[in-house]
Formats: sequence, structure tokens, C-alpha cells
Amino acid sequence: MSDKVKVTIDGITVEVAPGTSILNAARQIGGDIVPPAMCYYSKLEGSGGKCRTCIVKVSKGSEKDPRPMPKLVASCRTAVMDGMEVMNITSPEVIEARSGVVEMLLINHPLDCPVCDQAGECDLQNLGYEHGLQKTRYEFERRTFERIDIGDKIQLHMNRCILCYRCVFTADQITNKRVHGILNRGDHSEISTYIQTAVDNDFSGNVIDVCPVGALTDKTFRFKNRVWFTKPIDAHRDCPTCSGKVTLWYKGEDVLRVTGRKDIYGEVAEFICNTCRFDKKKTADWVIEHPTHISDTSVIASNHYETLKPLPVIQPNLKLQEANRIELEKTTKF
Amino acid sequence: MLKVEEKQPVVFSAALLAKCDEIVKRYPEGKQKSALLPILHEVQAELGWLSASAMDQVADYLDIQDIEVYEVASFYSMYFLKPQGKFVLEVCRTGPCCLVGAEKLMNHIEHKLGVKENEVTADGLFSWRGVECLAACGYGPVLQIGPEYTFYENLNEQKVDELIEDLRKK
Amino acid sequence: MARKLLLEHINVPGINTLDVYRQKGGYRAVEKALKTLTPDEVVEEVKKSGLRGRGGAGFPTGMKWSFLAKPEGVARYLVCNADESEPGTFKDRYLMTHIPHALIEGMIVSSFALGAKTSYIYVRGEMMPQIRILEKAIAEAKAAGWLGKNILGSGYDLELYVQPGGGAYICGEETALLESLEGKRGNPRIKPPFPAIAGLYGCPTVVNNVESIAAVVPIINDGGDEYAKIGIGRSTGTKLISASGNLVRPGVYEIELGLPVEEFIYSDEWCGGIANGKRLKATVAGGSSVPVLPANLTLKLANGDPRLMSYESLSEGGFATGTMMGSGGFIAFDEDQCMVRNTWNFSRFYHHESCGQCSPCREGTGWMEKVLHRLEYGHGKMSDIDLLVDVSKKIEGNTICPLGDAAAWPVASAIRHFRDEFEWHVKEPVKSLDTNYGLANYADPIAKAVTTEN
Repeated sequence: MSDKVKVTIDGITVEVAPGTSILNAARQIGGDIVPPAMCYYSKLEGSGGKCRTCIVKVSKGSEKDPRPMPKLVASCRTAVMDGMEVMNITSPEVIEARSGVVEMLLINHPLDCPVCDQAGECDLQNLGYEHGLQKTRYEFERRTFERIDIGDKIQLHMNRCILCYRCVFTADQITNKRVHGILNRGDHSEISTYIQTAVDNDFSGNVIDVCPVGALTDKTFRFKNRVWFTKPIDAHRDCPTCSGKVTLWYKGEDVLRVTGRKDIYGEVAEFICNTCRFDKKKTADWVIEHPTHISDTSVIASNHYETLKPLPVIQPNLKLQEANRIELEKTTKF
Repeated sequence: MLKVEEKQPVVFSAALLAKCDEIVKRYPEGKQKSALLPILHEVQAELGWLSASAMDQVADYLDIQDIEVYEVASFYSMYFLKPQGKFVLEVCRTGPCCLVGAEKLMNHIEHKLGVKENEVTADGLFSWRGVECLAACGYGPVLQIGPEYTFYENLNEQKVDELIEDLRKK
Repeated sequence: MARKLLLEHINVPGINTLDVYRQKGGYRAVEKALKTLTPDEVVEEVKKSGLRGRGGAGFPTGMKWSFLAKPEGVARYLVCNADESEPGTFKDRYLMTHIPHALIEGMIVSSFALGAKTSYIYVRGEMMPQIRILEKAIAEAKAAGWLGKNILGSGYDLELYVQPGGGAYICGEETALLESLEGKRGNPRIKPPFPAIAGLYGCPTVVNNVESIAAVVPIINDGGDEYAKIGIGRSTGTKLISASGNLVRPGVYEIELGLPVEEFIYSDEWCGGIANGKRLKATVAGGSSVPVLPANLTLKLANGDPRLMSYESLSEGGFATGTMMGSGGFIAFDEDQCMVRNTWNFSRFYHHESCGQCSPCREGTGWMEKVLHRLEYGHGKMSDIDLLVDVSKKIEGNTICPLGDAAAWPVASAIRHFRDEFEWHVKEPVKSLDTNYGLANYADPIAKAVTTEN
């Protein structure tokens, strides 16, 4: 017997370690069939299951028990079984339910993307773009909260929060004292410290990186620039507190902000310390590595990309390829 | 959000602390956080509401973070995070009680006490609020008064008037 | 008179004390179980009885018990769910108030069967009087040697504690209850793992409703086979029904499952008909979460056969023409009640009680409440009705716990059966504020209801 289990997602079969979640199995396949995840974060234990955007249909439970699961399940918190068959983008039911979830996430969201620092790298914005309706059906006043500073470097904009709990898990798991949490209940729930206090310790800045929306933003970057006008560069430094591996976001010669290095699912490879994040904003502080890989579909890739891929119109046309040869042979452009 | 200066120190009585000691014994070693809900009830019974300082003391007592207490106290509807009247009339406002006149009764209480829901009367004696189902649907309308949550069933306007007069004399 | 297993001695003076309870045959089940049966034999009797969970889901109790993991050296827990909060349900309060020892006896036998050395009764905080009653009864039982070390010389130890809740309907969901018992916010856990594998403090745990636990006593006394003879089909035994709303005699009744609904409503042995000489308009048969039914479908199945008080008969017809047994919270609405207002009221309840953890329920319950409020107060639009149906569908089945379904079903069913009343609220925004749609518009359902009344 193999120590791996087979799972088929949207017709694509993959072998994964037992206990792997459907979502992580899908990530091993990659591409379109990976369910979106707003609350799950592989580096945070216990995260996931809450936002419901990653729901999928299990059309066959396993080889042993082929019955389908009665309800759509959260792929981030459901383990694969040998022989399981999952439908994500091939199931109209899933697409319908997911757009329902996206609608729910948006009814109380301020939709203030034009003034939100997260715009351009916001998971909710992406979801809304893919699944959202053109027009809201919600005709009531949206929930509002006061904007608050939790410490001098982090701003909490609760109106935008989708209550993914990631920042709470982060504070619990990678800082030594959690001072913020979820207060109240139901749609009155909010992230708060209850008593005015600073979230202050070496790793607190990571709550900014894990936030899938613009609820927790870097005050040192606030209104400095739109992310798609900045150029991300991977760099490192010898840091006594953390790995020192970061992404620097440049505008011209200036480092506007420093973040952890994020993968295509928006998760950081390693958490970084506040010194690296907030206090090292000179190129001289860092050893530059290379431009950060940015997905072609991201708005951030729109004006600087690593490798020029020929546009669809050029691909079949040898003449056009020849005409653009110099550009196409460049490995990077910035 | 509270400002830090709003914190007023509170002192727990010896009897309250003894009660807390007794409650903590109900749970296995290291699971003392389980005592949080019962202890918050005891603290509220003694102090009337849960101030930030009172909650911080509970956190210290149970050796947990302050925020863990705030999270819990703000989740459950029975804990008062603001000062209340000496007597809080909690009237059930859910379906079955409304079928037998709970809404009318709440209007009457509002009129009688002269304060809106969640407000305290000038003499500090009363506040009132509608609460969700109290699991006494067959005896509605009902109301309860803490800290022992004494129950008053099959109410009408006259019974409520009498109750309020009785409480005034206490 | 129908057979009574739980409430037989409810009217005996002093039955809340150990002495009187004992005189009436109390604690025989503990003696029988601890002295003559093995834990597995107790489980077997409960399996044979066909007892189904009385808290709402109706899952067979014996089967639930047999799922309990039993790893070496790991504590196991039994937790009694006395967080009775489902609108329309008040049977557990009644039982705990009047016969607390029935629950304690059931807890001892059940804990023995499951091998639990510490058990908790999680009572909703609002039931402080019942908490005091239980604490007193536990102290009595302990002083008499029914609890504590080496009970009846059997070598079995058990400590039993009462835990108050803090005011949250969601803690009736078993994993939210366990979170709450651990001193946390009552957020339901994501399953699997189920409590039978990892429950309280990560240990294998069974969570049972008060009535289920109390029913273990007669099951052990008389044997599971005897219990299974009562009732009808897979709905075995007796069930406590909490009757409320516009009835002549609301209250808690113990019925043998299979009693016709019509008899339950109109017979003088039970609720005695609709109060003030009015006619029945609709019922919610199993607590606010189950679909509401108009009078005709309450009394009769779609094929004209009488509907019975049993798990199967109440759900006959699916959601199109049926409802559910739920927790047995039977709410009757007379002809003067407004379905829109009641639906709004229930919707407000679920909005207020949503824990806020998962997005469809957190956002959807509030949305539905706002739309229903608008309809009730004369600002509704015709499109609101379909919007409500659509929002309810977006919640249903897509949430972490059943609260989402519980919030969606009352809205969807009210519109399914009373759509014309919702439409009338849109067409007559002013009139609907102080008059009722009434019964006249339900010619078909009422014709049947009236004939049964005679």
C-alpha cells in the first residue's frame, strides 16, 4: 500500500500525504482549480473554516465510502480520503454558493478601495472581481466603526474587516502576549483591544501581512503610494531577531515599505520582525536579491514584470516576434 | 473602546474570592479557564457590572490574558459591561411571549419607569431591556431579575406594577 | 391516561428532595446499573431502546455513545446540554425545577456507561434558580453516597458539577457548548473532529440533552426493549412537548410518540384547543428553527392522513409540506397572529444569537432581519420576498454549524406557506400596521381546521 492518498479535484488527480486538506491538495495541483481562501493561513494553526469562500462539493467521499458529502464543505478544513472526488470550479452549485459568500462579505464592506492602501493586493477585491455582482442588493446602512491606532505603526480599520481571525491567531502564536481579540458577537463582532492600548512587541507587525483585506495596514506606508506604482524587490539583511528575508517595495530610489515575502496565495514565507518592517527603509540596510515574482494576473505586474511573455497577438506571428526580438529577449524590465 | 484612565480599581470581597477558589476546583489541573463564566457571574453579582478593572482582576486570578476575559464577557449577553440599575428587568421579547403580549408589556414598563431600554432611572434603582427567549414560553409573558434571576411568569400590567412597587420598598 | 415515564411523579409533594424521590423508586437505575450491569450492557440497553436525542437533532443516543473513543489513559467526559434556549422549548427547565434527581440519576447511569469520572451539566446562565436546585440536589445525592468515590461499593467514582452559561443560544450547539465550558467564546468548532473523538479539553466527550439523559433512567429500570415498545416505528418512547402560544392550556406534556397532532392540540387531556375561542392559523411544531406549517398541514399530511407527533410523521412531505420534531417546542398561532411579524421576530432572534464566526450567518441573519423589519413596518417591496428566499438559500447549508439552517428555515417556510400575507404587507403598507391579514384569506387550510374543531 502506498502511504499517499489519491484525490481528484475537478478531474485532476493528485497523490498527497494522508491528512492533507482538500485545499492544500488543490494547491499542489495549482491553477484555476485552487479554491480561494480568505481566512485559512497554512502557517497559523487552527485558522480556516470561517469565511466559507473555499467551499467545495465532495461528490465521492472515498474509495471505501463513495457516498457524496451532504453539504458543501470548507476545503481548508476537510481532509482528503483515498479516492475522494471533489468538484470546485466544475460545480455550478459551488460557484453559486461562493458568490453568495462573497456577497455576504461585501454587504457591510465600505467598498472604499479608491482610498484603501490594500487595493491592488486585496484578496477581497480579487474575489469580488471574480464572483461579485455588478450591483449590491443590500439597501441598508453599512456597519461602521471608529478607525483606531493599535500602536504607532499599525492602523485598524474595522469597517473593512471580514473577521478572518488571522491576526488573532498570529498574536497568539508568534507573539508573546496577545492584547487584541474579537469582542462582541454576531455582526457586532469587532477586532479590538477593548481598553486603549498599543499592540506592541517584536512581531506585532505581522498582523498587517496576514490581513487579507485593508483592515490592518502599515501606518508608515499609509497613503504613500498605490501598490501598483511600487516595485517589489526581494532582499535580506542579517537580523538578530528574524530571518531578515523580506520584500522591499520601491518607488524610484525610495523604499516605501517592507513586508514579508508572500507566495501566490498571499501567505508569507517567514514572519519578520518589526525592526525589519518599520525601521529599515534605506537600500543600504539591505542586500538586494532580485525582483519579486508577481503573478501575471496581478495589477502589481501591470507596469513591471520579470520576463516578457509575448502577447497573444504576437505569439502565432513570427514577423511580430522578430520585430519585438530585443524586448522579448530581455529577462527583466525595470 | 475604553480609555485607560477610565479604569477604576475594585476590590473583591473575601467571600467572593473564597467562592472563586471553590469554583476553580471543579476542573482538571491547568483547565482553570473553565471557571471564567461562573466567576464572572459571581463578580457581577457582587459589583453589579463588569468593569475593566474587575475583568483584569479575574484574568490575573485565572492566570490568563486580559483580552481573553474581555472577549468572553462581551460575547455573552448576561454580562453587563456598563453600570445598570439596581434591579434590571429583563423581559423576554421572542415569538411565543409576543403571542401573549410581551411587546405591550415592554411598552408599559418603558412608560412606567420613564426610561428607554438599557437606560437607568434617575434614582439608580431600575433599568430594563428586552432579552431573547428565556425558555419559559408556556408561562409568558415572563421577566427575570438578576443576580439570582428570579422569574416572574404569566405577567400582565397590574402584576408588573405591583412588582415594581415591591422592589422599590426593598 | 397516557403512559408517563419522566413526569409520572411530577405532582408528588417534595419530589424535588432525595427522600421523596427515593421513596418513589428513584435511584433504582443506579443500583441496577452499577451492581448488575457492565458499562457496555448499559450502552446496549440504550441502543435497544431506540432513544433518539431529545435536544433537536434526533440522533440515536445509543449510537452516539458507541462512537465514543476510548484510548487508554485519557479521561472521557459526559456533558449534559441544559442550555435550553430554542424559542418554544421549556421542558428541560420544567424537569430540572421539579425533578432534579431524575437528571442526576440519569447522569450517574450514563457516566457509568461511558466511563466518565467527571461530568458536567451545562445549564444556561438565565436558569440560575435551576442551577441552585441542581447544586442542592447534587449535594444531597453526594451526602447519600450516590456520587463521589466508590459509589455503592462498585469501585466507580463520579464527580458531577453544574456549569452556568453566560447567555448565548449558540451554546446549545454541542461544540459551542464545549468551548463555553472551557471558558471561551461560544464559537462552534469546525467538525471533524467530533466530540466523541476530541471534545472537552481535547478528550473524548458525549454531549446529551437533559431529557435524553433523564430517559436513560426508565430505559435501565424497565429494559430497552420495553421502552422501544412505546411510541411508533423509529420514534420510540415518550417525549416532553413544550406547548406555548395561543393554547387554552400551554405547558409541558409528556406524550407517547405517535399521538395525533390534532388530539394534542384539541383534546382536554392535552392543550385543550385554541385560547379565547379562536381558530388555529399555523404551528411551529418543534421549536422556532423548524419550518412553520399552516393549520391544515399541521393536522393532516398532504395525502389527508392525520399527522402524528413523531419524528417521521412531522417530517413527512419534506420541507414542501412537512416540518420537524426538533426539540418538541410546539407553538400555536391563532387567527389574529401576523406571520410577517412573527417571522421578523424569529429572524431578530437568530440575528442576535449568531456567533459571528462564519460569514453567511453573521451577515445573512442581519440582512434578513432588516428586510423583514421593512416588510413588517410598511416599507417593503414586492421584490423583498424573493430576496429573502434567496438570502435564506445562501445561508442554508453553507455555515459552520446548524444555526445558519435554523435561521433560514423559518423565513423560507413562512414565505412558502404564507406568501400572500407577505404580499399583502407590501400592497397594504398602512393597513397592515394595525390590522391583520386574518384567516379569511386561508379558505382552504381553514376549512379543514374548522371541521376538526367540531
